[in-house]
Amino acid sequence: MSSPQNTAQDKRVDEIIGTLLRTGVILAASVVFVGAIFYLARYGGSPTHYGVFQGEPTDLRQVSAILRDALALHARGIIQLGLLILIATPVARVAFTVFAFTYERDWTYVIVTLVVLALLLYSLGAWHL
Amino acid sequence: MNTLELTIFVFLGSVAAGFLGSLTGLGGGVVIVPLLTLVFHVDIRYAIGASLVSVIATSSGAAAAYVREGYSNIRVGMFLEIATTIGAITGALVAVHLPLSYIAIIFGLVLLYSAYISYRPPKEHPVAGKTGRFASLLRMDGAFPTAQGMQEYHVQGVPIGFGLMYVAGVLSGLLGIGSGAIKVLAMDRAMRLPFKVSTTTSNFMIGVTAAASAGVYLSRGYIDPGLAMPVMLGVLLGSVSGTYVLAKARVPLLRTVFSLVIAALAVEMIVNGFTGRFSH
Repeated sequence: MSSPQNTAQDKRVDEIIGTLLRTGVILAASVVFVGAIFYLARYGGSPTHYGVFQGEPTDLRQVSAILRDALALHARGIIQLGLLILIATPVARVAFTVFAFTYERDWTYVIVTLVVLALLLYSLGAWHL
Repeated sequence: MNTLELTIFVFLGSVAAGFLGSLTGLGGGVVIVPLLTLVFHVDIRYAIGASLVSVIATSSGAAAAYVREGYSNIRVGMFLEIATTIGAITGALVAVHLPLSYIAIIFGLVLLYSAYISYRPPKEHPVAGKTGRFASLLRMDGAFPTAQGMQEYHVQGVPIGFGLMYVAGVLSGLLGIGSGAIKVLAMDRAMRLPFKVSTTTSNFMIGVTAAASAGVYLSRGYIDPGLAMPVMLGVLLGSVSGTYVLAKARVPLLRTVFSLVIAALAVEMIVNGFTGRFSH
């Protein structure tokens, strides 16, 4: 990867990562934008409530529930799905890096990257999807 | 103000924050929380959730450009990510229990530091002459492209860098910012990476760190889609346009003005923290 001898292989990895990140951000922004249209059409005239913290309902907190909500075309669920895609983008990058290090047989960094991936999945509450 | 009006104003504010953040290299994240809490009277927990989302968007957008130029050191970044993600999860979990006024005051202090950094950007300094023990064990040395071809560099100070990165992670999870200033400090000063390598590696790390924090905030119900939507789209639009302008112009005056704005916001956050405006 960033070793002194910058090989064609490294370039290929960098290109894939660049494409991955760009695709993730564009996809996330598009989904959020679609959700925004639904949201403003439905709630545009309603009063706001952000001064008082209530916390989001469970269907906007967990991965599987957000998916269900978005597929049911609920405006807030669609936006939340877009945000989830955005959060998943760096996670996907780390996951891809595991493969890249495996390909290079760089086992130290395969382990390092797997630790980071595990921490990310932990933070997303992976075991109560 | 109804939802449509608030969405439009927050969107415009976020475009400005993203634009200035990308021009000055500070990122839009540092001004989103003060903007939402002080101007729009949004609860600081919602504000932090929305800010984190925008941090991921700008980091991933910018990183897509940087990786292709071959500056970032993926080994250094990935190893230090262990520290920042653990820090981010710690910070996000602590934030749930900490009184809001404390968060506001800590935020103000970090803002003051950011204003200082932005006003006085770090100077180039001599890079490391030899490789440190841990850096050698972890094979962290690298090379980056210059006008004279590939330039090799050494890495040192891994333990100090690792410790500083944990702190950067905690602040990111606690305050919903990218902590880019501290990350650059750790790699630039402690680990002696060339400036270009430390800034781009820091940017790559910001996205991963913010994703760890955002995961905790999302599953705790702190990320409100209605509020995060205009912030994310606005900051993204602002920072992308900022990148295009940046390629053409150097902006010392703008940098000074932005530092002053940040310092003023910092003082207001701290004052509001002490007078208890955030504690409800």
